[in-house]
Amino acid sequence: MIGSGVLNGMAVTLRNFIGSYFEKDRLITVQYPEEREALPENYRNFPFLVYDTDDAEAGLRCVACKICEKECPPQCILIVKSEDKKPDYMGKQQFYPQVFDIDISVCMSCQICVEVCPFEAIKMDKVFELSRRERFDALLMRKDELAKSNTYYHAIHPLEAAEVDANLAAAAAKKKPAIEPRPTPNATT
Amino acid sequence: MESLEEIKARAEAAVPGARIDIVPNPGPANQPSLLLDNEHAAAIALFLRDDPALQLDHCSNATGVDWLDRTVSKKVKVKKVVEGEEKEVEETQEEFFPGYLEAVYHLYSMTHKHGPIVIRMRTADRAEGARLPSLTPIYRSAEFQEREIFDLYGVRFEGHPDLRRILMWDEFEDYPMRKDYREPDDYEYEPTAHDDVLEKAKQHSSARPKLDGAEKLTAQS
Amino acid sequence: MMSSGAERSAVEGPRSTALPVTPRDPSTALGMTARLEGELMEISMGPQHPSTHGVFRMNVALEGEVVRKLKPVFGYLHRNHEKIGENTSYLGSMPYTDRLDYFCSMTNNWAYALSVEKLAAIEVPERAEYLRVILAELTRLQNHASLLGFLLSDMGAWGTPLMYAFREREIILDLFESLSGSRMMCDYMRFGGCRCDLPPGWMERARKVVDAFPRFLDEFERLIVSNEILIARTQNVGRISGELAINAGITGPMLRACGVNYDLRKVDGYGFYPRFKFRVPLGDHGDCYDRLMMRVLEMRESIAILKQAMEQLPAGPIMNPKVKIRAFKPPAGEAYGRIEGPKGELGFYLISDGGPNPYRYRVRPPSFINLTVLEDLCLGHTVADVMVILGSIDIVMGEVDR
Repeated sequence: MIGSGVLNGMAVTLRNFIGSYFEKDRLITVQYPEEREALPENYRNFPFLVYDTDDAEAGLRCVACKICEKECPPQCILIVKSEDKKPDYMGKQQFYPQVFDIDISVCMSCQICVEVCPFEAIKMDKVFELSRRERFDALLMRKDELAKSNTYYHAIHPLEAAEVDANLAAAAAKKKPAIEPRPTPNATT
Repeated sequence: MESLEEIKARAEAAVPGARIDIVPNPGPANQPSLLLDNEHAAAIALFLRDDPALQLDHCSNATGVDWLDRTVSKKVKVKKVVEGEEKEVEETQEEFFPGYLEAVYHLYSMTHKHGPIVIRMRTADRAEGARLPSLTPIYRSAEFQEREIFDLYGVRFEGHPDLRRILMWDEFEDYPMRKDYREPDDYEYEPTAHDDVLEKAKQHSSARPKLDGAEKLTAQS
Repeated sequence: MMSSGAERSAVEGPRSTALPVTPRDPSTALGMTARLEGELMEISMGPQHPSTHGVFRMNVALEGEVVRKLKPVFGYLHRNHEKIGENTSYLGSMPYTDRLDYFCSMTNNWAYALSVEKLAAIEVPERAEYLRVILAELTRLQNHASLLGFLLSDMGAWGTPLMYAFREREIILDLFESLSGSRMMCDYMRFGGCRCDLPPGWMERARKVVDAFPRFLDEFERLIVSNEILIARTQNVGRISGELAINAGITGPMLRACGVNYDLRKVDGYGFYPRFKFRVPLGDHGDCYDRLMMRVLEMRESIAILKQAMEQLPAGPIMNPKVKIRAFKPPAGEAYGRIEGPKGELGFYLISDGGPNPYRYRVRPPSFINLTVLEDLCLGHTVADVMVILGSIDIVMGEVDR
């Protein structure tokens, strides 16, 4: 019968339409912003700097080694080293960044800076609602905006943060600085 | 598949007057290439495509490479007379390789499922005389790729049915992928004053910066 | 309300005549910007067009509704990816490869990693190879699904099949998100393995997705395969012979629709593909309908590969420990590595001079080269068929222009 193919197709559409009232996986719209989907643990958006205690200045892990600045593909990080030194998590005197700017209109969230940081100082944040009203200065995030505490890091990436803490504790026990971060060990699946 | 030497011998026999060289490829990839002379390149490519043992009918990739003049310095042990005695002394020898623009083609065979054979053609001229024979009449897949080499490197392909710019707009001047391409000062065309725009503008009056990479090449290509 | 010309110019100012009209514009189909030449009318389809799969322009010279000449114009999305590759380190180019064919970032990453591994003779551990195969086949699934959705949407199905296809694609992208952190720009492969391992529970979710996919495929097939409108619009439209396809460098499903048995997963046998049993579907006529059905059949084969790979996935390291992440300097030389991407043969040609940046970094884009025969395919067909043919070639402007 001519038209049977079209009718077959319409039957599929009708099934999907009626089914969307009953089956959950046929109705997939999420009513944002009233409803939000949970972001997976590994989700990454823009980087942020981690500080250990409650003090954003003294507990900042970054030692201004400038490796992330060098490795960043679109060159969106600007670091200026400080003149003086302050003690790090192991008590050793280290430089700290006087200026740490990331231009988030340039950053492409590739997380290479996280991968190459030897001090577990920069990690990926999950915030994506970052719109601003101006194009140039407002999209430049400075050190005060970028620095977030370790508790915040535990809240957004619990598994990863637990592992980082274990690495840092092990390195402090051996009295050697933590070397380049390893990939996550095999999952048991 | 035959070795490159055998292919070279048979191609030179099939196309009289052809001169083919084998360009070694250092490094573990083991993909040496054949350097064809510009006069007979089209005939050699036709032989490579139609020869029953080779049947290289799939031109997978056609690309251009820019080599500038470079001096490679090597440390060589040389016997020299020093203070009346003949001794072996380490000396730095510098070898000068003139630059050229190059077109590289990767050929595979869909009938015999072997490959790749890499062929190259070179031209030393960087201005009006940068001409190479087009392989588009033999491999249709080279049509857009040779246009791209023309657009980005400035090499004119003789025998190409429709040679004009493909990725840049038609009125664009200069050839962006060349190593001595000078970038525009400011890509954004915004009225914001930033320091590196002013820095770049200063370079118009000074000599061009020396490029790295080309001089550190340790093997002849 | 119509105002006279004099009134209008008093308000807006005199019309500027600064721009000269070029009498011969080489990019147009007829070589001139005149609108009518004899009986041929020239129109420009694109660059802003809902159905051209990106910013792509075609200058078409029509006689009535029939295409007499066609010239494609590219370059609207040119981002000089190859020049950026020359100024960035090998690791830094990896996120840029995500953005080449933005639908299939995992396969782009794999092609680049494969080329660098060929260049520097790096070995990849077993688990990493299996993961690469799994992710590449998932990418193929979601790419073919979205292509079918887009093609049907271009043909006037007003987005319903597109939304069904995207529903499945979103599930697969959720898998990518929980693995690599980002839905589309995954930046997941590294030279010598993969960046990070599977999070807990990922494998079960992936198995569920792969088990549920055939239900979607059956439904989709019922939607399209026997649909008379689709058959009338795609059969015998845009036929291409096998010889022309081989000579024009066409690869991927478009080539196999002409009957040429050339699938890099079988020919080159890269990765661990020789360990899996799968068939290579071939078409008979080389027209749009065959190309469409190729994708449906390839999705079924991908599901077969996925099931085998997920079963055989071993435990072990996912990264070769000898490879440096920073300051990676492969030995001098050149290499050309290629894989069977969802759109065709994606190849990377790298020349290294021993330094941290490549000397020449070249992408062999399958969509760009598949477009060589666009004019041949469209001649003699109507304007409406041009969209169907373009859709069946499966292009992504990110790859065409780089």
